[in-house]
Order: sequence, then C-alpha cells, then structure tokens
Amino acid sequence: MIEIKNVSKWFGDFQVLTDVNETIERGQTMVICGPSGSGKSTLLRCVNGLEPYQKGEIVVDGVSLSDPKTNLYKLRENIGMVFQRFELYPHMTALQNITLAPMKVRKWSKQKAGQKAMELLERVGIPDKADAYPANLSGGQQQRVAIARSLAMEPRYMMFDEPTSALDPEMIKEVLDVMVNLAKEGMTMLCVTHEMGFAREVADEIIFMDFGKIVERGTYEGFFNNPKSERAREFLDQIL
Amino acid sequence: MFDAVTRNITFLMGGFLVTLELTFFALLGGIALGALVGLGRISKRPWIYYPVTMYVNFLRNIPLILVIFWFYFVMPIIAGSSLDPFLSAVISFIIFEATYFGEIFRAGYQSISKDLSAAAYSTGMTYAQTARYVLVPIAFRRMLPSLITQSIVTFQDTSLAFVIGLQEFVRRTSIVDNLEVRSIQLFGFVAVVFFIFCFIGSKISRHFEEKGRKTGLL
Repeated sequence: MIEIKNVSKWFGDFQVLTDVNETIERGQTMVICGPSGSGKSTLLRCVNGLEPYQKGEIVVDGVSLSDPKTNLYKLRENIGMVFQRFELYPHMTALQNITLAPMKVRKWSKQKAGQKAMELLERVGIPDKADAYPANLSGGQQQRVAIARSLAMEPRYMMFDEPTSALDPEMIKEVLDVMVNLAKEGMTMLCVTHEMGFAREVADEIIFMDFGKIVERGTYEGFFNNPKSERAREFLDQIL
Repeated sequence: MFDAVTRNITFLMGGFLVTLELTFFALLGGIALGALVGLGRISKRPWIYYPVTMYVNFLRNIPLILVIFWFYFVMPIIAGSSLDPFLSAVISFIIFEATYFGEIFRAGYQSISKDLSAAAYSTGMTYAQTARYVLVPIAFRRMLPSLITQSIVTFQDTSLAFVIGLQEFVRRTSIVDNLEVRSIQLFGFVAVVFFIFCFIGSKISRHFEEKGRKTGLL
C-alpha cells in the first residue's frame, strides 16, 4: 500500500504540490490525469524518492520516505518506473538493458537474469528483439523493453509517466495492451496518462490534478460522465 | 634527396621522442585535470563554479605560446629558482589543455538526460552502479571523438615549446637547418611526420564518431 499524506513540494518559491492525499491499495490501478505542469509527474517522482518533498509524508508498505534512515535504493527495487521518452541505456542491447539491474542489484547470475529477460520480452511481444540496440527499435518497441526492464526487478508497484505520449499513434496500442494485461494480472499501478480508453478498461480510480492539487477523484464513469469541477470539464473537452 | 635528414636522423628522432613525451604527459595531466574542470563547470556550488569558469575563460582566450612563455619566465620570479624547460612546458600544457578537455567533459556530462539516471535509479541501482554501468560508459562514448581530436591538437601544439628552448622535434630541426641550410627538405620532413600521426588520429576519431552515430549514441 502506498499512502500519500498531506504532501507539499516547492521548487524554490513555486509550489508544485499542495496537500496531496491519496492511498493506493495493492492490486489497484490508479490513473492520474491533468494539464501539463499540474504536478502529476512530480508526484510519481516523489513516491520513489527521485524528488524530495518538503511537507507531509509518503509511506510505502509501512516504510516512510521521510525517515532519513530509509534506504531509498532498497525502496526503489520494489517500485518500477516507465518514462515518457523510454530512457533505455543506448549502449546496451534490449536484453542487457533488462538484465543489468537484476544482475547488479539482486546479484542474479547472468543465466538466470537472461532467462527472466527472455520471459519478459516474450510477454511484451518482442522476443526477437533481444539483441537489438535501442536505436534500431521503434518507439513502441523501446517502450515495451523499458516496461520489461522495470518488471525484471519483480516490483510490487509500477509507475508510468505518460508512457505513450512520445509515441506515434499506431504504436500506442501495443504499449497500452501490455499495460492492460499487467493491470489485469493484478499489478498495482500508478499511471499518468491521458489515454481515456485505457482508464475506462482498467482504472479503479482516476484522479484529476490541477496546479499541484487533486481537484477531483472518482471512478472512470463518475469522472468521465459527470465531472464535478469546471477545470475537469474543460480538460476533458480538450483531450476528447 | 633526403641527405640532410638521413645524416641527422638520430638527432632529429631524439627531438621527436621529446615531442612524444611532452604530448604524453600533457594529455595525461590535461585529461585528468580536464575531467575535474568539467565537473567544476557543471557544479551548482558558486564557489566552485565561478573560479573554474574564470580559469577556463581566461586561458581559452590567450594564445598558448604566451602561456608557455610567461610560465617559463614568471615562475622563477615567484618560485625563486628556474624550472627545467621540459617540466615547465609540461605544466603549461596541462593547465592550458585542461580548459579545452574540461569543456569536452562538461558537454559529455551534460549530454546525459536527468531521466536516464532516474531510470537507472528506479531499478534500484545505487549512485555508484548508475555511474559505473550507465552514465560513464555513455558519456565516454559520446566524448571519445572530441577527446581524440583535442589530443591531436595537443600533439601539434607541443611544437610551440620551442620558444623556451626545449629541444623537441621542431627545435632540433631548426638546429640542424642552421648547419645544413636545407630548410625545405628538413621542415618538409617534419610536416610529413606530423601529418602521418595526425591523419591516423583523425581517422580513428572519425571511426568512433560514425560508430556512435550508428548506435544512436551521438
């Protein structure tokens, strides 16, 4: 369980997050949407300790990120993250991208890590690309390798930061399919995305953020058919 | 046709050896100091950033020959005793070339996106692991062509050490020329030797550049 309690964050004088409260239970899929600059990505980065926050507390499976004794490296082993621009290691093949962390962090043998990586490549549908370098993969393939790289650490949570917004339209589906399957298999997911079809299919909860605050939360039906705030209505008009 | 060269080949090659030694130490020190200068140039601490930036801007805007000249003639006034020309040249080259290498390192460090390191951290890797397996290998591959090119420039620059009387390749050639009076032949030979080394170097640099481009690293 991830508990976000009254979290506020500033970049200098600029407040990016204001009193954010949210709880994500195991097995849930949460979709975060909102205009750019509303603090969605920052919130994800706070959850795995990539960004510090100045007020409030984030607790992951009972471990508080505010506690200076918390080992953030250890914590991140359990929280996978997928980025907008894939961020694959360009000097390594798809397979090496996936096996690096299990071998270095979990100390798995090359063979064990390789086997796991092949299983994952199979799962994301591109086992034939194991030896390809990122530069020779399409955007959709790169993003699927990135998902496999995160899954290789067998995380309890997966966070997606606009995973399809850098992709050509015809590649969006292949990435979303992988994500839908993950959600259906019971992975706990936090997804920053504007893909409303994805939200409808798997989101247990949707939160809408604006100016660093959670303005609205609810199920897909509630949010989509009957947004309560003016800002959410405007936003939905724009993206649909 | 090459009589003046062949008669003095041992003496000339002795000079070339000094040139190679000077290049070696200049690169060793210049690259090591340059790596630190590059870090200083991206430092968020003003008391590191500003002095390093001033140092870089100052040295990049004066001719190398003046640095060599001043260092050799001013150091004895400060230190109280005169320096050996070779040592003086090595130090001048290190502090001068480090500013150029520093800018190459700065660009290399800055070429790595914040999200790429975030991606590595998010798999549970520590700072040391991320640096060792991801950041340094990528930055190094990206910098390699520029590092080789700057090394070639340094190699060529070493001939400027003749101003303080260091008997490197060009200086010795000029000594031979004073006796033999065969300027075209002798300095033609020097040019050919420099050309061969630099041409090979630039081919190597080009090779890494193309390799980097093919793998999407550049």
